[in-house]
Amino acid sequence: MAVLSYIEAVNQAIREEMERDPRVFVLGEDVGRKGGVFKATQGLYERFGGERVIDTPLAESAIAGVGIGAAMYGMRPIAEMQFADFILPAVNQILSEAARIRYRSNNDWNCPIVIRAPYGGGIHGALYHSQSVEAIFANQPGLKIVMPSTPYDVKGLLKAAIRDEDPVLFFEHKKAYRLIKGEVPEGDYVLPIGKADIKREGEDITVITYGLCVHYALKAAEKLEEEGISVHLLDLRTVYPLDQEAIISAAAKTGKVLLVTEDNKEGSVMSEVSAVIAENCLFDLDAPIRRLAAPDVPAMPFAPTMENYFMISPEKIEQAMKDLAEF
Amino acid sequence: MNKSRHEKLGLSDKQVLDMYETMLLARKLDERMWLLNRAGKIPFVISCQGHEAAQIGAAYALDKERDYILPYYRDMGVVLVFGMTPEELMLSAYAKADDPNSGGRQMPGHFGQRKNRIVTGSSPVSTQIPHAAGIALGAKLEGKNSVAFVTLGDGSTNQGDFHEGANFAAVHKLPVIIMVENNKYAISTPAEKQFACKNLSDRAVGYGMWGVTVDGTDPLAVYEAVRQAAMRARDGEGPSLVETVLHRITAHSSDDDDRSYRTRDEIEQARAMDPIASFRKYLFENGVLDERKDQEITDRVMKTVNNATEYAEKAPYAKPEDALKHVYYE
Ligand SMILES: Cc1ncc(C[n+]2csc(CCOP(=O)(O)OP(=O)(O)O)c2C)c(N)n1
Repeated sequence: MAVLSYIEAVNQAIREEMERDPRVFVLGEDVGRKGGVFKATQGLYERFGGERVIDTPLAESAIAGVGIGAAMYGMRPIAEMQFADFILPAVNQILSEAARIRYRSNNDWNCPIVIRAPYGGGIHGALYHSQSVEAIFANQPGLKIVMPSTPYDVKGLLKAAIRDEDPVLFFEHKKAYRLIKGEVPEGDYVLPIGKADIKREGEDITVITYGLCVHYALKAAEKLEEEGISVHLLDLRTVYPLDQEAIISAAAKTGKVLLVTEDNKEGSVMSEVSAVIAENCLFDLDAPIRRLAAPDVPAMPFAPTMENYFMISPEKIEQAMKDLAEF
Repeated sequence: MNKSRHEKLGLSDKQVLDMYETMLLARKLDERMWLLNRAGKIPFVISCQGHEAAQIGAAYALDKERDYILPYYRDMGVVLVFGMTPEELMLSAYAKADDPNSGGRQMPGHFGQRKNRIVTGSSPVSTQIPHAAGIALGAKLEGKNSVAFVTLGDGSTNQGDFHEGANFAAVHKLPVIIMVENNKYAISTPAEKQFACKNLSDRAVGYGMWGVTVDGTDPLAVYEAVRQAAMRARDGEGPSLVETVLHRITAHSSDDDDRSYRTRDEIEQARAMDPIASFRKYLFENGVLDERKDQEITDRVMKTVNNATEYAEKAPYAKPEDALKHVYYE
C-alpha cells in the first residue's frame, strides 16, 4: 500500500472519480491552472481540461448555486470553497436550496453535490482562515457532513460523497493536509457515510472526536497507556447525521466520556453528541460527560500565544483524559 | 395584403389563439384561487394576474421538449405552457398529496416538476439564478442544446445571487435567459426605491450580455425578445437579460392589502392595461377571433377551471407521517 498525505488522498479520490464518471467535475476559485491554493486539485486541469476543472468568478454563492443547478441537471459537481470561513456567503444556497431540494419536491428532484472546504486552525490563519463551521450546518436534515481524520478515510469517504445521491459537505482539516500521512490502497474503495470508526480499543475512558483532534487524542492515549490508563477512541468521521449507535456503545463501554472538538464549545457538534449520551446512557455513566473545546470567543487569534491557547493540543487532551480517569 | 404582427413572427392563427386561451386559463385559475381563498378553502394565493402576456409569450418562444425553466412564484402561465395541468395547479393550491410540485409541502407558486423540466424552487428570492447557470452548464458539458430560462421580479434583481448568477453565466457564455417581470413593485416598495437605473436591462452591459426591455403586456413583443435570446443562447452567444414591463393587477398576495400603498386610481389604471383584454382586441382586429369563438374559448376554460377545482377539492391530503419522508435518498 502506498503512503499518502491527507491532501494527496483528496486529490487521488477526485482524480479517480473523474476518470470513472464523466459527470464529475470540479468548480471553485483557483482550482484550475493553479490547482487550488492548497493544491488539492493539482494536475486535474492538465488531465481533464478547463471544461471539467472550472476556475470560477470569486463568488461563493454562485459556486454553490451553479453547482446545485448542475447537480439537479444530473451532473456530479465537486465545488470547492477556498476556506471553510468563506462558505458563509453560500449558506443560503446550501441550507435553503441543497438541503431542501429532495424534501421540498417530494422526491422529484435531488441534489448530488459535494462541497469541499478546508477548515481548522493551528496554521497561523487567524480569525478568518482557521474556523470550524460544521455546527452551522449540523442541524439541517437533508445535508450530510463528513470530516475525515486519516488519508484512508479521506479517499474512501470522498468517493462515497461524490457518489452520494444527496448533498455532502466535506470538511478537510487544513493542518492535516501535509502533517498527516497514512496507508491508502491503490484501487477503488468507498467507506460508508454516517458510520463512526473506532480508532483505538480501550477499557477505562472513552474519547469521541473527529478530524485533526483524532490524531492528538491518539497521541495522548499512547502517553496514558504508559501510565496504565486505557483509552477507547471513537472517530465520528460523519458529524451529521450522527452515528448514534456507535456513540451510545462507545460511551456505555467505559462509562466515562470525553468529547473533543476544535470548534467553540457552545452549540458545537459535541453538544449534540453529549445530548445523545445523556438521553441514552444514564445508567451506564460513571462520571459527568466532559467536553474539551475551544473557548467561547468569536474565532482563533493570530499571535502564537493566543492561537495556542485557543487550539486543542495533545497535551490538553492528555490532561483532560487524566482528570476524567481519576474521577 | 399586409401581414399581421403574429404572421411576421411566424406564428399561425392557431398558435396565437392557443396563446390567448392559455392566458385566459391562467387568469381564470388565478381568479378562482382568490375566491377559494376568500371562502376559506385554500390558505394562500400569489397571483399571475397582469403577468400573463409576458409569461405565455416567453414560454411559447422556448423549446418545450428540451429547455429547462426556473420559474418564480407568479409564473403560472409559464408552467402551464410547459405541461403542468390545471388539476395539478389546483392540487398545489389545496396542498393535496398529488401536487406534483411538492406533494403539498410547499406553498402554491413554488413550482417544480422534473418530467417537464420545471426546476424546483424555494421561497428566498433569486436563488434560482445561479441554478439556471448550473443547469445550462450541465447541458453544455453534455453537449445538449438546452436553454435554461429563469424568471424573477424587479425587486429580486437586487439580491446578490442575481449578480453572481448573471456574471457566472456571462463569463462562461452559458445558454441562460434571465427574464425580469417588472411590475414596478416589490410588495409595497416601488421600483424607484429598488434601483436607480432607467431600465433593468441596462445592467446587461455590465455583465457583457445582450439585454432588452419590452412591453410585458404584449405577448408578441415578449415572444420576439425571448425567441431572439433563445437563438443567441443556442448559437453559443451566451446569456440574455430580458426585462418585461407590466402591471400587477392584484395585491402582492392574498395576505396583502395594496390599498395602504397604492391609490385606487393607480390600481384602476393597472386593470385598464389588462394584457388579456388588449390581446383579445388584437385578435379581433386581425380577424382571428370573434364573439362566437371567444365565447367558446371562455366556456372551455371555465369548464376546465371548474373540473380542476372539483378534482382538487376531493383529492386526499398526504398522511401526517408522510412529513417524515424524502429527507435523503431511500
Ligand atoms: C430573500 C427574501 N427576502 C424577502 C422575501 C419576502 N418577499 C417575498 S416576495 C417579495 C417581493 C418581491 O418583489 P419582486 O421581486 O419585485 O417580485 P414581485 O412579487 O413584484 O413579482 C418579498 C420581499 C423573500 N421571499 N426572500
